Amino acid sequence: MAKIANKAAICDKLIELAGIDRDILVLTSDSRGSASMSKFASEIPEQFVEVGIAEQNLVGIAAGLAASGKKPYIASYAAFLSMRSIEQIKVDVAYSNTNVKIIGISGGLSYGPLGMSHHALQDIAVMRAIPNIKVIMPADRHESKKMIETLVQIDDPVYIRVGRNPVEDVYDGNCNFQIGKAVTIMDGSDITIIACGRFVRTAIDSAVELKKQGISCRVINMHTIKPLDTQVIIKAAVETEHIITLEEHSVNGGLGSAVAEVVVQNQPVPMKIIAIPDEPAISGKPEEVYEYYGLSASAVVKETKKLLKTSG
Amino acid sequence: MLDKQLLAEKAAQIRIDLLEMIYNAGMGHTGSSLSNTDILTTLYYSVMNVNPNEPNWEDRDRFVLSKGHAVESYYCILADLGFIDKDELTTFCQYQSRLIGHPNNKVPGVEMNTGALGHGLSVAVGMAKAAKMDKRDYRVFVLMGDGEQAEGSIWEASMSAAHFGLDNLIGIIDRNRLQITGSTEEVMALEPLAEKWKSFGWQVVEVDGHDFQQLRETLSSIPVEKGRPTLVVANTVKGKGVSFSENNPTWHHHVPSEDELNRAIQELKPFAGADNNG
Repeated sequence: MAKIANKAAICDKLIELAGIDRDILVLTSDSRGSASMSKFASEIPEQFVEVGIAEQNLVGIAAGLAASGKKPYIASYAAFLSMRSIEQIKVDVAYSNTNVKIIGISGGLSYGPLGMSHHALQDIAVMRAIPNIKVIMPADRHESKKMIETLVQIDDPVYIRVGRNPVEDVYDGNCNFQIGKAVTIMDGSDITIIACGRFVRTAIDSAVELKKQGISCRVINMHTIKPLDTQVIIKAAVETEHIITLEEHSVNGGLGSAVAEVVVQNQPVPMKIIAIPDEPAISGKPEEVYEYYGLSASAVVKETKKLLKTSG
Repeated sequence: MLDKQLLAEKAAQIRIDLLEMIYNAGMGHTGSSLSNTDILTTLYYSVMNVNPNEPNWEDRDRFVLSKGHAVESYYCILADLGFIDKDELTTFCQYQSRLIGHPNNKVPGVEMNTGALGHGLSVAVGMAKAAKMDKRDYRVFVLMGDGEQAEGSIWEASMSAAHFGLDNLIGIIDRNRLQITGSTEEVMALEPLAEKWKSFGWQVVEVDGHDFQQLRETLSSIPVEKGRPTLVVANTVKGKGVSFSENNPTWHHHVPSEDELNRAIQELKPFAGADNNG
């Protein structure tokens, strides 16, 4: 199974589209290497802007470019974009309604060994609280490419979070991507697992294992966290009566919170939010930290059985 | 393009308009707006290429009010030029008005929403960079406060403007030496301010921010040096034009009483041209 980082797929797609639309720009803050954008910078230097290590200026400049008809794609660290430059994102991008696409790279625990300063585990909560900005986390390289093809057609502010490491494919080449429209990857009737980003793969693996144990599990890829596909959530609550969410984010304010807000106001059912608890996450390689916090197929299987039992 | 005398008359009229607007609204940044009125009047009536009938004209000169709280003079000028209806000024800061207390780009003629300090210069850098990329001749003017200079993001933007060689970018500092707490030098010393900007790679020019001839000559003859952005330190008086608000930090957002409004108008009217003497 191919393992390619989503950011690399995004770069390839942007190079392709920037060759057609000369207003498409990529901006980095000494982050072109980490963002896999060196190729863009060397192939299309006239559409590439380096601003140095200055995230506030990065976002402000992108807003000014967008206000002048350009279509800027920022590629910088999720940990810093979502904190250091959040006021620029709120005022210059979301409030001013400028056509800026913000790609938060090395999201979640990508920099697991580097500590809380480099963990990006609050970005979704922060972005989700700001009006007029969409929030997307693609699952694999195919979805990443479809996402970019969709994003170049809209003028709205969007935050996209991707991880640093290669991810396993979820889709074969053909995936549908519509902003705000979740994808039901596997159908099932006992419980629904809702995930985003690279944890869609984990959700699928969990469902396959649960099936072997006689539990029918629905898997939903919630690639767009805002605007949220509320209908698919309500339907899952009605039809499967149990929901588990799985995400590489703080338990406060991320996908699980977003889903819970819908469930509790429409069709309350037992839920379990699997995420990073409200503490400075331990350091370690991403896979080690995931394991520690129960972000693994075996842990999801265990939580599923627990939820079914306690609510049954 | 107005001559010096007409600019002075126009500025006096804008001051009357903004004082009335603030009085009606019951709120506003009076001292800050009076401070920048002459700079904005010079820009809009004798320097910038803008078209009220086509506010989004691609080759227009851009203006960004980075010190967004001083929005009153800006709205009054946009109304006087016909970007918006003059009657709309009575809605300033009122329920559901688009004339909110900081620049709002839903208002024709306003490029960007500002208000949080230290944002405008970065945005202006983006606009000036876009002009260079598209080989367009428009200029980008950004007005900053002096208290605002303490924001670190200003210096990120300053560094990048010089790095990109943006000679189509003109930063103006409304140097009135007062911020809400008091003297800028006591709150957080800025001097030597011109030297700071020079060392960041900018051409720096100092002017009397209430001298229309100096303002017009300086702002019209930019770039001072090809390949470099220009910074104009406009030495101003906070609360300018009304004897009892000048240099008075409490007027930063003081709303005039009816008596103060009448006295202010009495002081300004003799300077405000024929249209306003009636």
